Amino acid sequence: MSDAPLMIAYADLDKSFDGGRVKAVDAVSLGVAAGEFLAIVGGSGSGKTTLLRLTNRLIDADRGQIRIAGEDIRTADPIALRRRIGYVFQSAALFPHLSVAANIGITPKLLGWPARAIAARVDELLDLVRLDRAAHRDRFPQELSGGQRQRVGVARALAARPQIVLMDEPFGALDPLTRDALGEDFRALHERLGLTTIMITHDITEALLLADRVAVMRGGQLLAQGTPAELSHSDDAYVGELLRTPRRQAARLAELLPRDDRA
Amino acid sequence: MNPFSDPRWGEALAHLPDYLGNHVRVSIAALALGLAVSLPLAIIARNRPALRATLLGFASIVQTVPGLALLALFYPLLLALAALSLQWFGVGFSAFGFLPAVLALALYSMLPVLRNTITGLNGVDPALIEAAQGVGMTPRQTLTMVELPLALPVMMAGIRTAAVWVIGTATLSTPIGQSSLGNYIFAGLQTQNWVLVLFGCAAAAVLALAVDQLLALVETGLRLRSRARAALGGIGIVALVAATLAPSWGQTKSSYMVGAKTFAEQYVLSALIAQRLRAAGLSATTREGLGSNVIYDAVASGDIDVYVDYSGTLWANQFHHSDIKPRAELLADLKLELAKAKVTLLGELGFENAYALVMPRARAEALKIRSIADLAAHAATLSIAGDYEFFSRPEWAGLQRAYGLAFHAQRTMQPDFMYAAAGSGEVDVIAGYTSDGLIAKYDLVVLDDPRHAIPPYDAIVLLAPQRAGDAALRAALQPLLGRIDIATMRQANLRAAGGDGASSQDAVARWLWDRIGQR
Ligand SMILES: Nc1ncnc2c1ncn2[C@@H]1O[C@H](COP(=O)(O)OP(=O)(O)OP(=O)(O)O)[C@@H](O)[C@H]1O
Ligand SMILES: [Mg+2]
Repeated sequence: MSDAPLMIAYADLDKSFDGGRVKAVDAVSLGVAAGEFLAIVGGSGSGKTTLLRLTNRLIDADRGQIRIAGEDIRTADPIALRRRIGYVFQSAALFPHLSVAANIGITPKLLGWPARAIAARVDELLDLVRLDRAAHRDRFPQELSGGQRQRVGVARALAARPQIVLMDEPFGALDPLTRDALGEDFRALHERLGLTTIMITHDITEALLLADRVAVMRGGQLLAQGTPAELSHSDDAYVGELLRTPRRQAARLAELLPRDDRA
Repeated sequence: MNPFSDPRWGEALAHLPDYLGNHVRVSIAALALGLAVSLPLAIIARNRPALRATLLGFASIVQTVPGLALLALFYPLLLALAALSLQWFGVGFSAFGFLPAVLALALYSMLPVLRNTITGLNGVDPALIEAAQGVGMTPRQTLTMVELPLALPVMMAGIRTAAVWVIGTATLSTPIGQSSLGNYIFAGLQTQNWVLVLFGCAAAAVLALAVDQLLALVETGLRLRSRARAALGGIGIVALVAATLAPSWGQTKSSYMVGAKTFAEQYVLSALIAQRLRAAGLSATTREGLGSNVIYDAVASGDIDVYVDYSGTLWANQFHHSDIKPRAELLADLKLELAKAKVTLLGELGFENAYALVMPRARAEALKIRSIADLAAHAATLSIAGDYEFFSRPEWAGLQRAYGLAFHAQRTMQPDFMYAAAGSGEVDVIAGYTSDGLIAKYDLVVLDDPRHAIPPYDAIVLLAPQRAGDAALRAALQPLLGRIDIATMRQANLRAAGGDGASSQDAVARWLWDRIGQR
């Protein structure tokens, strides 16, 4: 991946809160190539969300630099920047007073698209995230299941055809089956639309299965990053501990679910 | 007997378009102003804890000021402002009626709007505000597209509360010269016309309920996203406003405004003056229930054209003289003082409405009390009651000084209840008025004032500066001057307190004219 052009590049990034008492992001340097799917894992409070919020300038860094497609984001208008980066929030954060269609079409509307183009785009996106157009378009968020809400959240992030999608624990609150299906669906969309995706997750298994590369954060620092194979060779104790669970589960499952043809 | 056959219902109904129209107009203007100030303030303050606390604290303090006092305070305040503005910019404005009422009521409406708007906006889930920023909204778009719509139900509840408060409190704007449904209540209380009081209260309550229900319809319409409901509520409010404003638009502004203070005699005299003006082919409207602090300034600044005041009242209260002069001398000096303010003292009506110490005849005879000097010896064992002003007036200080009066107890009472209280022995002595008809009704006696501690109180007719040379007005009022003696006025006042159909101010004024017109 190192030879592909970098879509997102973090260089020596610092961000602290409460007058410097909480170092949320500490000297993080990391590159994400165009078209790459990066997962960030790490314990609670390790700085994952903060890194994502820095990326579309919901907050600004204390030190260091972020470049998107080569451009320093401090020179960009934050509003315009956010409109061209898709963001999927934890538990969707859909606007409860707006219909599904209005939620999905919000960024195009802010960009001043004509109403008809927005309507057509909404239908297209409902297909893309595999929700029935007629049944869902005019519903309100509270009339949807958790999985449906996250699909709408993904559709909203994709509406203005961004090249970059940031996702903060997008499938966290879902049951394992729905979660798996949505993850697979999104990975397919990522390929099809040629997106550059950063996804935060608590679940190392999900990260390993979906992402091209996984970054591990702890205490605001980037501990390790690499493909699953590269990580498996890491000699960092925390990374080893993280990988122990999926390894043990894989072994256990292989024992519990023997294939007939191998038996 | 059918209670609705009482002629007072008809009289009350005849005033309804005027009073209701004015009431709605002042309430709507106050509410609109209150919203226009509170909503932006609440929006600015929502993320600033210090400003938020200051604003809510201020609004809460305003709320603790009684409505009547708040309204009354705005009159002198605006009067001073108007004078300053005239001096500095050459433009004055009327500090009477509409403006002070709107400002005071707007201030009154602020607390519920501020509190609920801030609470509603602060209650919006921070995750949604971040989502709004994340999808690319500007701060303004975040406010209008996410925060305000989500806070709307709570905000509407505040607006409803404010609307009900304003409509209720607007009844208190009568004493500062703004006609409202309070005119019924003030007039009814003063003349013991309970039909009028009930009518005024009921009309204000129905109006408040109607507006509240229409706003509720708008609110549920917005919450349930039912355009039909919201539109229905909106149309209802617009229709209500249009219906109450329409009759007053059609009316031409009356050329003569006759003022009256807040007691029965004043209602009767203002009705009499208005009748005389109409009989002379002039159009006249009465502006009743004006506070005694407001009414003189209103005539001096031309907000009303004519009213009846009392020489001693003006001398002591308006011009702050503490010396007591003989009747003719006081009138002459007063005329000069008034001329400085370009107010014309047209003449005396012929009777005096002075303060007097009054007690039950039987009790006075038993104690051998005939004058205030006799009373002084017994005062330590007796109680006295006076109206809201009396004990802070110079006459009371003068009486105490002249006779060394020290009562066992001192109470303040609504004037109309005072006589009954004396009649029933609940208080021993009252500071009554010499022209009051109730003196005879309850068999009370007026005690002599041998040391002339109480100044003369001749009823006098005052004209506004712009009416000084108005020959038609002077001619119409001439037949009243010097014609009303104390006995006739007492009878008229007793009739006005009669509490029946014949006690309406217009009926009593006609009776009074019949008695004096022939002489
Ligand atoms: N706005 C803020 N003000 C103060 N401290 C903050 C703020 N945002 C984050 N922090 C602190 O920064 C640290 C990192 O927070 P962050 O939300 O990035 O963690 P995270 O890795 O996303 O955790 P989680 O997995 O629980 O979501 C935490 O200690 C948090 O308390
Ligand atoms: Mg987080």
